Amino acid sequence: MNFGELKDFIVAQFGAEVIVSETTNNLQPYLVLQTERLAEICLELHDNELTYFDFLSSVTGIDNGPEAGTMEVVYNLYAIPYDHHLMLKVIVPRNNDTETPIPAVPTVSHIWRTADWQEREIFDLVGIYFKGHPDMRRILCSADWEGHPLRKDYQLQDYYHGIKVPYDQHNEYSGFRGEPMKIISSEDPFPDKREKPE
Amino acid sequence: MNTPQDKTGEGGVIITKLDDLLNWARLTSLFPMGFGLACCAIEMMGAYASGYDLDRFGIIPRASPRQSDVMIVAGTVTFKMADRVRRLYEQMPEPRYVISMGSCSNCGGPYWEHGYHVVKGVDRIIPVDVYVPGCPPRPEALIGGFLRLQEIIRQETIRAPRAVQQIMSKRMNNDNSEMTNQEAGERFVEGNDEFEMKNQQNPIA
Repeated sequence: MNFGELKDFIVAQFGAEVIVSETTNNLQPYLVLQTERLAEICLELHDNELTYFDFLSSVTGIDNGPEAGTMEVVYNLYAIPYDHHLMLKVIVPRNNDTETPIPAVPTVSHIWRTADWQEREIFDLVGIYFKGHPDMRRILCSADWEGHPLRKDYQLQDYYHGIKVPYDQHNEYSGFRGEPMKIISSEDPFPDKREKPE
Repeated sequence: MNTPQDKTGEGGVIITKLDDLLNWARLTSLFPMGFGLACCAIEMMGAYASGYDLDRFGIIPRASPRQSDVMIVAGTVTFKMADRVRRLYEQMPEPRYVISMGSCSNCGGPYWEHGYHVVKGVDRIIPVDVYVPGCPPRPEALIGGFLRLQEIIRQETIRAPRAVQQIMSKRMNNDNSEMTNQEAGERFVEGNDEFEMKNQQNPIA
């Protein structure tokens, strides 16, 4: 099935309203789906013998930034026996401050197990919650890390467990103190050290 | 008897200083802790292996921090690993030494600006004796780092043990009086004016 046939398949199964928009003028056309209908559409695409999308190539989270105010999750499906590709997308409103809860998208980890860790990675780095995910924890950053590092407006925290995080004036102010003189043979061990440019 | 008498030690007396004996024993049996964090560890393994043969310096990796003398921080130290590195260092018995191998553990390396997950220098967690530059350093450079560490150990004396000096410097850092700073100036490299700022920034110093 090509892209048009796959679109017709989804429309025939779920109605035209589940497709928010479609983009076909790029090399890899995609459908933007209604966020809350995503999981059932994916399940049908996976289970139906006509489509048989048995392989979820990748799940990608995108932060469009606070100006755009949206975040996206992109699903690249592949049917190994048919050699069919399909790209699906959901677009959710972005939380621009830490008080409002992070955007939520239904999980597809019960359909493709590979989505389990990829959704955790999106949650960790971009900050999108996946409803119904069995284990929604951080996967790469430590459990008590603050913020989602790949967001456009991410700010580094100053300290983590007492360790200074940003690089600024590293060797000048944050290096270890109290090395005895005796273990450094000369008074000026780095005579070629240049002045740090301001 | 063809046994060469000068090698049996019979009837021979060796006179040495206790300092020299202890330092010799320490610097010729530096047991590193066997752990690696990133690609520098590959070079470190290459240095252990038969091609470079760190064994000839008495450098044999140990599987436990309790049996180790030196920690080679070989690779990128992430914040997730930072707590573990600190704990492993604290589990090593005195006297203990640290070699920071490669740009990442020296100063953050290529992750210095945008690497939110990288500790910008392992000396923010534990004291470092020798920094080996490189990305990654070749095994020769690591061997050079060990030779430098041997020079450091050779200058030690039991009259001023490092552990005691570090505890004292910690104590001196904690009370910020001007007098102790001047006393410390005799033995410590850094100047007085940087003293307070560093003390605020670094929790372990």
